[in-house]
Amino acid sequence: MTDTAPRELPLQELDEVIIRFAGDSGDGMQLTGDQFTSISAALGNDLATLPEFPAEIRAPQGTLAGVSAFQVRISDFAITTPGDAPTVLVAMNPAALKAQLHNVIQGGAIIVNTDAFNERNLEKAGYEDNPLDDGSLDGYRTYPVPMSQITRDAVAEHGVKPRDAERSKNFFALGLISWMYTRPVEPTMEFINTKFRGKELVIKANEAAFHAGYNFGETAELFESHYEIKPASLPSGEYTNVNGNTALSWGCVAAGQLARLPIFLGSYPITPASDILHDLSALKNFGVRTFQAEDEIAAAASAVGAAFGGALAFTTTSGPGVALKGESLGLAVSLELPLIVIDIQRGGPSTGLPTKPEQADLMMAMYGRHSESPMPIVAPRSPADCFNAAIEACRIALRYRTPVMLLSDGYIATSSEPWLLPDVDSLPDIGVDFHTGFNGTNEDGEGIFLPYLRDPETLARPWAIPGTPDLMHRIGGIEKEDGSGNISYDPENHQKMVDLRAAKIAAIDVPDAEISGDADATFCMLGWGSTWGAIDAAVERLQKNGKKVAHVHLTHLNPLPKNLGDVLSTFDRVICPEMNDGQLVKLVRAKYLLDVRPVNKMNGVPFTTAEIESAALQAMEAS
Amino acid sequence: MTDISPRTEPGDWATDQEVRWCPGCGDYSILTAMRMLMPELEVDRENTVFISGIGCAARFPYYMNTYGMHGIHGRAPAIATGLAMARPDLDIWVIGGDGDMMSIGGNHLIHALRRNVNINILLFNNMIYGLTKGQFSPTSEVGKVTKSSPMGSLDAPFNPVSVALGAEAAFVARTHDMDRHHMMDMFRRAHAHKGASIVEVFQNCNVFNDGAWEGITKKQNRDANLISLEQGQPIRFGADGEFGVVVDNGAAKVVSVADVGVEALLIHDEGKADPSTAFMLSRLSRGPFEPTPIGVFRAVERIEYATSSTSQLAMAHDDQGSGDLAALLRSRGTWQV
Repeated sequence: MTDTAPRELPLQELDEVIIRFAGDSGDGMQLTGDQFTSISAALGNDLATLPEFPAEIRAPQGTLAGVSAFQVRISDFAITTPGDAPTVLVAMNPAALKAQLHNVIQGGAIIVNTDAFNERNLEKAGYEDNPLDDGSLDGYRTYPVPMSQITRDAVAEHGVKPRDAERSKNFFALGLISWMYTRPVEPTMEFINTKFRGKELVIKANEAAFHAGYNFGETAELFESHYEIKPASLPSGEYTNVNGNTALSWGCVAAGQLARLPIFLGSYPITPASDILHDLSALKNFGVRTFQAEDEIAAAASAVGAAFGGALAFTTTSGPGVALKGESLGLAVSLELPLIVIDIQRGGPSTGLPTKPEQADLMMAMYGRHSESPMPIVAPRSPADCFNAAIEACRIALRYRTPVMLLSDGYIATSSEPWLLPDVDSLPDIGVDFHTGFNGTNEDGEGIFLPYLRDPETLARPWAIPGTPDLMHRIGGIEKEDGSGNISYDPENHQKMVDLRAAKIAAIDVPDAEISGDADATFCMLGWGSTWGAIDAAVERLQKNGKKVAHVHLTHLNPLPKNLGDVLSTFDRVICPEMNDGQLVKLVRAKYLLDVRPVNKMNGVPFTTAEIESAALQAMEAS
Repeated sequence: MTDISPRTEPGDWATDQEVRWCPGCGDYSILTAMRMLMPELEVDRENTVFISGIGCAARFPYYMNTYGMHGIHGRAPAIATGLAMARPDLDIWVIGGDGDMMSIGGNHLIHALRRNVNINILLFNNMIYGLTKGQFSPTSEVGKVTKSSPMGSLDAPFNPVSVALGAEAAFVARTHDMDRHHMMDMFRRAHAHKGASIVEVFQNCNVFNDGAWEGITKKQNRDANLISLEQGQPIRFGADGEFGVVVDNGAAKVVSVADVGVEALLIHDEGKADPSTAFMLSRLSRGPFEPTPIGVFRAVERIEYATSSTSQLAMAHDDQGSGDLAALLRSRGTWQV
């Protein structure tokens, strides 16, 4: 083209795009991805995100270890996963390209910041030759863009120091991608002005960089078209974009209101659970008391103390923290007090992979306390479902006076999705009454309080809190006499108490397991927690290819739904994809003597739809 | 105007549970002191809570007719912190031994003290593990021969008062199980103090460490070896007050009053903001064989933890109004479909 008129580029309609922003951990990739997600949400796309960041706050610049990425999938149809493989990669430096290229689909678009491909950065990333020149990107559509230089030029007029100028390059990238996918400019301008309020120079620089990126797309003769993704046809209503940890925090607050109880959180910072502590610490006007304890043990123990005092008590952590809390949780089992333990599972053992998800704490949740110490387990299936799971965990804890384990994981904790907001007035009442009067009589016919006299229906013991006249009583970790709660070493009493504690948990009212997909299929996939999205998407694909497949997904892992054995036994073959080495499989096999087959993955990355589809096809062929 | 009978009698504070400490245990006299003190405090049983960890001392809550929790080893200060935050209206006592508080629960103890949570901590120090049948404890002397240290313990002991002062404790006192009135005085003072108070109680384990404190607590040794700290008074002791304490070269030191004169003696000031003098006094004695101070080492005002927490909640409420769940769910932006 030789004329200077604005280019008339074709606008191409897509049903979805999966973009992965990747750069140094200091490059602001999470911010960029978040903002692109927000704009797309407001346009009515369905979406799912997958942030991925290193455990180090600022790993050495330019190295593979320091690469931070954010994947977002936007679509004009309903989706349940952030997508298997990005169709677009934005690589801010050679390390980002090297670390992420293998994820990108063949023929995908790669937008690189060419300015960062200097000798030093290439070396740090372990490239012997420049991948932009040596043909290693053949098979991809590569768009070389001198992002640093254009950003520096664009912000120079605002008097930004050259050293700071480049820090706006993530907004250049955001501007360019916003142009490519016809996202509006205004929301990002508002975002910049809110986010950086009071820092005029930063606002100007970021605005300038964003416009430079946007205009570059429009004017540079580099792109053959730009794209549009129409709104998805989702159920109508009001939506917000929420990640799992935020939804959990909100669920805790909601539960406090639904139970009409003040909230106490005892917590110790740990990745990837700390955001719940942060969120709840900022909600003091909801009557939320947060306590950053000296360690994980004190975090749990303080929650036991608060529960004794009549608060709705939580402790939040990740796997290593659950290990430390074990003794306090055993105490809570023995005291039969309501308490909610939130475990945002991460890779292990030991420190393991702090920022990567696993579902490998299931056995610890089931059995990770000494002796017979049964505890209900609830697991959310998606970011938004964390809200419901928090309320359900609290309902069980309060109704049955028991600690409850909520197993989320690092995947849904940090991923986000649109959430059709519930009508808060329609949420269930989960309140229970404190006990205020005598429940027995002594030999002289005088009223007495028996702290372990159980409700015949739920087997829950009365919850009488300090301050209640006449009901003074002592509870403790030593075995207690049924009824009176007095210390008892009597053999028969201990057997009875072990049986009662087990019976109480076994009889918890959990909803029946439901079959999604084809109820009349002979093949079924059994899942729990965060694998829901990938399994659900795989079922859809298999069905499109003419396969019949059923899907049973568990929210309640202890007790299991009463009908689960019957449901599973109707299928010839059941596989169970889990991000562990086969933990639910062991539980289900042991309980129902059913030959459920494991499909396991423990590389710190959630299952892709393709992986599950392929495991399902293999299992179907084998049967 | 006489005879306004107290709301309760000591007997009202006893439970129907049989007390199961060994006959002759020092814990009995502490329990009696506590039950006798309670009516004086004009408090209600239902608003009083005893929290303990594990150990002989930790059975204490079962014997007080109040609310109580016998928790897990070392964690009583943490359990009590949660309760005190959730229920600032309660009177909370934490009972533990030297193993419970100084060893497995040392971390929780120091953090409860530095936060100044409104709990009264009684540390029954018998310098031995009793419930596990006689191993050396974190307050046992070096060289202590026990089942787990047949050639003598290698561990240098903690001095609980020094530890507490180092942990920023605002109220620190010491008493012993042979003097009920002094115990009641110290417990009364601890109760009156708003914030974390700790009272070390020299307590005799007559089974595994009998007579460990005798060098200072036995009647005939008290004059020579027990220094009673009295607020605003020169620190002196002895049958005729013939000994005293001075500060010499940055350390507390025992002197003969005849040698230095009364005016040279250290005047006890428990309210000093700086804990250095209190710390010096805690270092005066190396063990129960030489003059050892009892009484209130430190009593200063510091803002109480749950009070601060409550005022943050109130401030947030004033600033942002009562929490509105529907608004919270919309706080990160919404869109309509």
